Amino acid sequence: MDLNDTPEQAAYRAEVRAWLEQNASHAPATRGRGDEEGAVEAHRAWQRKLAEGGYVGVTWPAEHGGQGKGPLHQVVINQEIARAGVPGILDAIGVGMLGPTLIAHGSDEQKQRYLAPMLHADEVWCQLFSEPAAGSDLAGIQSRAKKQDDGSWRLSGQKVWTTNAHFASYGLLLARTDPDAHKHKGLTMFVVPMDAEGVTIRPLRQISGEPEFNEVFFDDVRLDPGSEVGPVNGGWGTALTTLMFERLTIGAGSEGMGYRADRFARAIASDPAAAKDPEVRARFGELATELLALRFTGYRLLTAISRGQIPGPEAGMGKITAVNGAIAAGDLIADVLGPEALDPKSEWSYLISFLPGLKSAGGTEEILRNTVGERVLGLPPEPRLDKGIPFSELRAKERQEVAS
Amino acid sequence: MNFDLSDEQVLLREAARDAFSRVRTVEAARDALEGGELPDLWPTATTAGWTGLLISEEHGGAGLSAIDAMLVAAEAGRVLASVPLLGHLPATAIVNAGGLDEETLRKLAAGELRAAYVPARPGDDVDSAWTVDPRGGRRRAAAPTVVRGEDGLATVSGSVAWVPDAVGADVLVVVGVEDGSGTPVAVAFGPGADGVSVEAATGIYDATRPLGHVTLDGACGRVLAADEEQLRRAWFLAHTLIAAESLGAVEECLERSVAYAKERYTFGRAIGSYQAVKHALTEVLRRQENTRSLLYYAGWAYVDKPDEFAAAASAARACGGAALDFAAREVISVHGGIGATWEHDAPLFFRRAQLSRRLLGGTGDAVDRLAGEMLAGAAA
Repeated sequence: MDLNDTPEQAAYRAEVRAWLEQNASHAPATRGRGDEEGAVEAHRAWQRKLAEGGYVGVTWPAEHGGQGKGPLHQVVINQEIARAGVPGILDAIGVGMLGPTLIAHGSDEQKQRYLAPMLHADEVWCQLFSEPAAGSDLAGIQSRAKKQDDGSWRLSGQKVWTTNAHFASYGLLLARTDPDAHKHKGLTMFVVPMDAEGVTIRPLRQISGEPEFNEVFFDDVRLDPGSEVGPVNGGWGTALTTLMFERLTIGAGSEGMGYRADRFARAIASDPAAAKDPEVRARFGELATELLALRFTGYRLLTAISRGQIPGPEAGMGKITAVNGAIAAGDLIADVLGPEALDPKSEWSYLISFLPGLKSAGGTEEILRNTVGERVLGLPPEPRLDKGIPFSELRAKERQEVAS
Repeated sequence: MNFDLSDEQVLLREAARDAFSRVRTVEAARDALEGGELPDLWPTATTAGWTGLLISEEHGGAGLSAIDAMLVAAEAGRVLASVPLLGHLPATAIVNAGGLDEETLRKLAAGELRAAYVPARPGDDVDSAWTVDPRGGRRRAAAPTVVRGEDGLATVSGSVAWVPDAVGADVLVVVGVEDGSGTPVAVAFGPGADGVSVEAATGIYDATRPLGHVTLDGACGRVLAADEEQLRRAWFLAHTLIAAESLGAVEECLERSVAYAKERYTFGRAIGSYQAVKHALTEVLRRQENTRSLLYYAGWAYVDKPDEFAAAASAARACGGAALDFAAREVISVHGGIGATWEHDAPLFFRRAQLSRRLLGGTGDAVDRLAGEMLAGAAA
């Protein structure tokens, strides 16, 4: 067992560190609140700078502007960025998940057109998958795209929990294209220009009062011919690729989620009486156990990734550990610091407000446990109402169930 | 970065699993509760070379590390095998630092002699005194006092309760504190040393776990070379072994639970299809994998990050103890009423979980230790 770099990784780390030292003065301080637009522009410029240095999309193939390196190089960059105390890239969702989906399933034309501006943050992307009535059951989406005689598409529907939509240029959108097919079979993935006529973006304020997400409405939006990514009615397979890259992104970033036991220890130790209080110690010891386990499970995951393995659904268990561990930490810190911890200016106030929503983000605890139970432990699935019938009939069936 | 077992370690684990599979250890665990004889697994340990695992090659051992010891302990725990390595391995880690003659070391490595670690808990950020487990109650007892004499000998007085594998050991490695200074020191006693008595504990809830109460009354033994840091490490090494045993037992509980949840039907469906059952079993899996990660952390820290070994071992102990308690209750629940009957195996894992969590300070103490280590580190 060895957490040290190989000589090659060490050399790369030194290179990244030197570059960051030289260029850190260009980095925006932290993600700004208040001056949102200015903050986005500063962050955009920072990603462009990183891209020019060759540190954005390092795992992308060289022909698409990447460096053709392995995921551990990305991990080294993440670690060095965290160490330098500078922000990461603006468009982590695009570069980490949506770009790789385009590389895997997009047409040559799409790759040519979209990848380079994505890498340089000239065009930021957003992920348009979840809907008000389809989150855990993603294949139940109802946004509808209809093909026109000229090969273009007409899109109507609503998406939600869309990070970055308010400054994104494009979105990768999953829509239903054949309602008469089984729910997984009638879906198609599209590229959607966010400035198209009929697109409305509204911020969704969270518990903290901050708008972390948006809801996006599509009212008869015209999509050019050739906007589809991957096969028509094969969108579920395309979406699975995105979700696989999501796991890889989470895996590679598991160390950097910020939910580290030592960070929370500092807050508690600031009160010497708390640090000696048996109840505080019992609670802190329990949550520190969980968060240390998370950190070292992350190293096991990285080891698997470095050997070319793709993390399986069990990686989702880390999210459960992280969120619940951080919730326990926020709760304990508020008990120790008192109402001051809940002051909106406090980092703990923000953490405490952020976590209830994070519990559902990227898969609720319940759906993650279902997936792990079925795919890792091999337990049988629950009986389903949606097997073997067209999506259009499923909706009627659901309404019937509610009525009875 | 390589945070996984080496090929040699995987082989060691496979060999241990294979060796234990030849003995009906789980049945023996039940019989032993009714006075049956436990199979003697010491020859298995000797043949496999586990007895010399933590003794350097120059002294006739294998010169391996904590992680290797944990892998063997996990396989023993999986089948509730009663093999006195929890006493022997930390003791050999201490004597390996010097103080005993070459011949004795070689015999300990070869398993011709069996050692037992008579543990003392290192002081912490709240109280710096070294203490030992009392017979009962929350108040910890003072560690035995050591008075140094001539020729590397010392007299030791005090008592330590609930010591794993002490009964019948050839060499007792007692951790006490020097009279006056309170500095910890280890003293070794040979078989039948004057003033040493080991009383076999009775009414042991998990019969695979022999425990003894050790009393020293002016007993004269040989002072060992291990320093304070090495004696600290021995305490936490024992924690990792208990945690590793727990991991193996959790894996077995989960495997049995999943198998049954697939074949038992209610209301026309396998019970494993219900979320209530499925989610509980994924929780066993989550705790199992967290324990494994923390054991790897402890194994890595033992060698590469000694400053963090106490925290890592404590976290592993806390996580493993809670995981086994959860897994043992779950394997009973999944099986329904039959899971709580004498003839079922589940209660044997339950018994293991309950007793193991109370040994060597208990898992609550491990939680407190982790908190103390991290909070003191953060304040510094």
